[in-house]
Formats: sequence, structure tokens, C-alpha cells
Amino acid sequence: MLARREWIHGWLLLTPALILLFAFTHYPAVTTVWHSFFSTPRGQRPSTFVGLDNYDFLLADSTFWQVLSNNLWYALVTIPVSIALALMMALWVDGKLRGRGFVRMAYFAPTVLPLIAVANIWLFFYTPGFGLIDQVRGLFGLAEVNWLGNPDLVLGSVIVVAIWKEAGFFMIFYLAALQAISPSLREAASIEGAGRWTYFRRVTFPLLMPTTLFVSVNAVINSFRLVDHIFVMTEGGPDNASSLLLFYIYETAFQYWDTAYAATLTVVLLVLLSILAIGQFFLVDRRVHYR
Amino acid sequence: MTGVEIEARALRKSWGDTQAVDGISFTAEAGKFTVLLGPSGCGKSTTLRLIAGLEQATDGSIRIDGQDVTQRPPNERQIAMVFQSYALFPHLNVAENILFGLKVRRVPAAQRKERLDRVAALLGLSNLLERRPAQLSGGQQQRVALGRAVIAEKPICLMDEPLSNLDAKLRHEMRVELRALQRKLGLTMVYVTHDQAEAISMADRIIVMNGGRIEQAGTPGAIYDQPATAFTARFIGTPPMNLIALSRAGQSLRVPGADPVLAEARGALPDNLLLGIRPEDLHLSDQGVPVQVEAIEYLGADNLVDCRLGSQRLTARLQHRQEVAEGRTIRLRWSTEAVHLFDGLSGARLDKASWRAVEPATESINRMNAAVVDGPS
Ligand SMILES: Nc1ncnc2c1ncn2[C@@H]1O[C@H](COP(=O)(O)OP(=O)(O)OP(=O)(O)O)[C@@H](O)[C@H]1O
Ligand SMILES: [Mg+2]
Repeated sequence: MLARREWIHGWLLLTPALILLFAFTHYPAVTTVWHSFFSTPRGQRPSTFVGLDNYDFLLADSTFWQVLSNNLWYALVTIPVSIALALMMALWVDGKLRGRGFVRMAYFAPTVLPLIAVANIWLFFYTPGFGLIDQVRGLFGLAEVNWLGNPDLVLGSVIVVAIWKEAGFFMIFYLAALQAISPSLREAASIEGAGRWTYFRRVTFPLLMPTTLFVSVNAVINSFRLVDHIFVMTEGGPDNASSLLLFYIYETAFQYWDTAYAATLTVVLLVLLSILAIGQFFLVDRRVHYR
Repeated sequence: MTGVEIEARALRKSWGDTQAVDGISFTAEAGKFTVLLGPSGCGKSTTLRLIAGLEQATDGSIRIDGQDVTQRPPNERQIAMVFQSYALFPHLNVAENILFGLKVRRVPAAQRKERLDRVAALLGLSNLLERRPAQLSGGQQQRVALGRAVIAEKPICLMDEPLSNLDAKLRHEMRVELRALQRKLGLTMVYVTHDQAEAISMADRIIVMNGGRIEQAGTPGAIYDQPATAFTARFIGTPPMNLIALSRAGQSLRVPGADPVLAEARGALPDNLLLGIRPEDLHLSDQGVPVQVEAIEYLGADNLVDCRLGSQRLTARLQHRQEVAEGRTIRLRWSTEAVHLFDGLSGARLDKASWRAVEPATESINRMNAAVVDGPS
């Protein structure tokens, strides 16, 4: 009897959290999957069950493949470059550097700014002719370049913005982890005759692995999630050359109002992210040392 | 590998206004166990780190095996070091921790394995080699840190309070082990501690430091028997030496407010004088100086008895006896050899040429007996 009462109390206490979790996370996720098997209701035509039709369409949709490949390139470049940059900046800022408080703040600034603002700043940098980059190029007598208008350059240009935005953020995690490493380890290594590089390779880097894992999971998620600057800078153009998966989902859902197909794309994105995150944890976790 | 000599000459280290090490000179003899002893903040660690090359000397020089190494990096100084915090690499297991230096120096694998086996056996780590530092007890971690120092086969080993994290029993065991290991390998050991008992039990030679300077350097026996300064006298021994202020009337030196003459001046003496006598040199005797018992601390076999003599307090280490009780008057006696005299201002030891201890029993007691009012009996 008593055990049963406790059991009820337990569930009652859990209920508010459960309701929120189901209403805003699980239910939408499940309905998304559900909707991906139906057609989009249009005018008089109600939604009907279409089985895997949406997925068939997806496989044949050349825009989807282009957006997916854009996104993979985007991820493939931003993730390693921003992590490596973050690590290098953290190692530098962690050292005995004059005015390092200022340098730290300077590196962290892009993270504090909203991506929309960041994108506006970069929009100015990239402006053909009188943007900052072209002005500098002009000094060397180089021709002006339409960074955001050229399909071959536009993806690279938005990648640079993403790296600029993310590296400072990841640096903070690395910096915190570096400062948790006891300086006596460095001294012990220096007595053994280990140089800077050996110390980094054999001690610092392995001790930073938990941070690297955390940062890289975040980087993977962000590379599919952060698209604010696409809205401001390119709207996915020209010719979908800078469109990413999430941006394509947004376009499909809220500009073409093809909700069923948007649901299908969302399912693909979710599956992709889950596989990546799970894979990362399983593959990397084994080689990470936690203190 | 046999030890080599370390010599510091006018060594100085300052950070801004802080003089951590203030121009000290000493020699740590080859193959000997030298202890740097002193209170917290006196510059022991800084001295050790200067020897190791982890700090740059502001001034002065360090010679190792006759060569000036003042400007050389740590790995060119023939040293191994055990840190207070052990500084084990948390992500490496015991074997990898011990082998770290050999791998860095590209020692061939076969030789690495052979040396690891030897060191692991020596330190009783053979069945812990796969463990991470976090899976070891404090004493085991300490042995790993030691193993890392021993396997390097460097002639000098530096240790910064390596036993301070251990409990009393383990600390005692490790003291014995460390001392035996140092003897066996013939290492030159420089060992930092603020624990005088540890220093006395392990050292061939103790360097007592205070405020960045050396107060005294010598064998444990010399430092215990002939403290060169009042500071050393107070720092060595548990409980520490009694230092009582004396007042002077003509040639006679007395405790203010008490009758017995404890010493006599034979030459020029400063005005402020401190008489030193160790608690263990005081004995009960019918013919001794009468003192009032104020407090007793029971230690088991012995008791520490706080007594009042005139305006001064002194502690005696006495065997348990019925008549020693709070509020009673007891009579204490000591031999003239046990008495030390220090300059009250500079703390310097005063030479026996200028004074003479008075045997309390012979000269003053008979005169005293009449005056003394015994406590309730
Ligand atoms: N990096 C530093 N910067 C400034 N002052 C320092 C530094 N390291 C030590 N000091 C100062 O130098 C003095 C001696 O320090 P040191 O660490 O040598 O003392 P210690 O004798 O080892 O004391 P403990 O027994 O507490 O370890 C102290 O006053 C300390 O504050
Ligand atoms: Mg210290």
C-alpha cells in the first residue's frame, strides 16, 4: 500500500517535466516522422497517406543532393579548422603573454555577438569593390571579387564566417581545460627533457581529449544547425550554392509551404545527426581519458 | 650512477620586492642526504627549484659536479625530481609514467623494459603497472613518482616534501624506505621538508633556513646539540627548546622574579639574553630549582610539564610521578652542559668563553631552601 503511494507521488512529481518534454520534444519528433508519410494538404485536397513517396521524391531531388553535399563540405571544413584554430589560440593565450586578458576577450568577442550581427559585419567585409577585403586587395592592385555572388566562392565565404564565429567559443573550453592541467606536469616533463612539442603530443593533447570530444560534438551539431548567416548573407544563393540542409528545410516549409516534404527532410537531418553524435561518442569515447 | 656534488654560491632569487632566497651558499656533498629545513615560506622550495633549473636565479651560481649550470635547462643538470604533488601524468598508467623520461630520451625498448622491471621490483610496483594514478593510494602514487626519479639513473635526486600527503604510519615507512634507497643507490639527495623530526631522522646534513637565509648547516647531531641560533634551537626538537629571558645583576644571570642564579658572566655579554634548555634535559631532583607546575600534558610514558619559574615558563619532559601535579611545586635539575645561551636580539649563540652555567644543585640551593614556600603537600 505504502509502496504504491510512493510510486504515485513519484509519478506526480515527474509529471510537469514529462509533459513539457513530451509536448515540445517527443511529440513534435514523432509527428514529424508521421507527417513524412503523408502528402501535403493543399486547398481542397486533404492530406493522404502516401507511404514512402516523399522519400522517393527526396532521392530524386537534385537540390536535396546539392544541399547535402554543400552541408557535408561545410561540416568537413568548419569542424576541423575551427577546432584546430581554437586549440592553437587557447595554447597561445594560456601562455605567459603580455596583455593576455585583452587577447582572450578579443577572441571571445565573435561568440558574444549574435550570428545575425556577425553576418552583417562580414557582409560589409565581402561587399564587392568597397568592402574591406576588396579594399585591401585594391592596395595590391588586385581585381575586385564578388565573394558572395560567385557560386564557386560563396560556400567558402560562409564557411569562413562560421569558423570565425565558432573558434573563439571553442577556445574558451580549451582554455578552461588547459588551466585545469597542473603546471607541475610541465615541470616534470621538462626535467625529463621533453620539448614543447613532445609535451603537447604526449601530455597536453591527451589530457584535452574530453574537451575535444565535447567540442567536436558541438561543432558537428552546429554545422547542421547554425544557418543564421545564410539568411543575412546569401539566402542560399546563388543557385543553391550556399544552401545548407536546415536552410533548405526552412525554405521548403515556410516559403513553398510543402510541409510533408519538409518533414521528410527533417527526418533525414535527425537521422544524420543521431548517427554522427552516437558514432562520435562510441568511437572516440574509448580513447578519451576522463579524470 | 654515484652522486655528484651540488654547490650553491651566493644564490639569490627575488620576485619584485619578495626576496625568496637571499644570497645563500651551501654544498650538498656527493652521495649524501641533505635536508633543507625551515618554516613555511622560508624559501626551501625556491632553492630546490633553482637547483632543478625550474626557476632562474636572480643572482649567484649553481655548480653541479664542478660545472656551472646556472644558465642550463633542467634536463642538462643530471637531476631527477619528485614533486610534492607527485606530478604523475593522469592519463598514463604506472608503467608509462615511469617510462615517460626514457621514451622522451629514445632509450631502446629492450633496455626500457629491463630497467622498468628492476625499478618496479625495487619499489614493489610490479603488480600495479597497468593502473592509472587515480586508481592508486597516496603511498603507491608516491612510489610511482619515486620510480620515475629512480629509473632516470641520474646522480642527483631532488624531493619537495614528498611525504607530506601521507598518513603518519605510511610516512614513517616511506622515510625508512627512502633513506635505504638513497644509501643503496648512492644518490646525492636534496630533500625539502618543514618537519624537523623527518629531517633529523633522515639527513646526513641539515640546512636550516629562515626568511630566505641559512641559519645553520650541519649534521642532525650538531644542530640538535649546538644550535647556532635561537631560531634553530626553537625549531628543532619536539617539544622545542625552552628559551627563557634572563636578567643580569653584576655577574649573576637570573630569571626575573626568581632567585636562583642560572649562569654567570665571564666576559662581555649583550644586555638581552636568552637561556636555552631542552625539556628532555630537565630532571626531578630534591636538590633542584623549585618551580610551580601549571599544566601537564600526558603523552603516555612521559609527560610534558609546563612550569613557572619567576616570570618565565618552561616545559619539562618528565616521567610520570605522583608528586608532579598541577599547582604543586617541584624541583628541577639539569647538567651545566645542557645549558645554551643566546643573544636575545640577534639570536646568535654565545660562546662559553663569555659565560658559565651554574650547577643549580650545588651553589644556590642551600641558600634557596630556606626561602622556598612549598606548595600544598
Ligand atoms: N612565483 C612566485 N611569485 C612570487 N613570490 C613567490 C613565488 N614563489 C614563491 N614566492 C615567495 O617566495 C617565498 C618563498 O617561497 P617558497 O615556496 O620557497 O617557500 P617554502 O619554504 O617552500 O614554503 P612551504 O613550506 O610553505 O612550501 C614566499 O614568501 C613566497 O610567497
Ligand atoms: Mg614549498
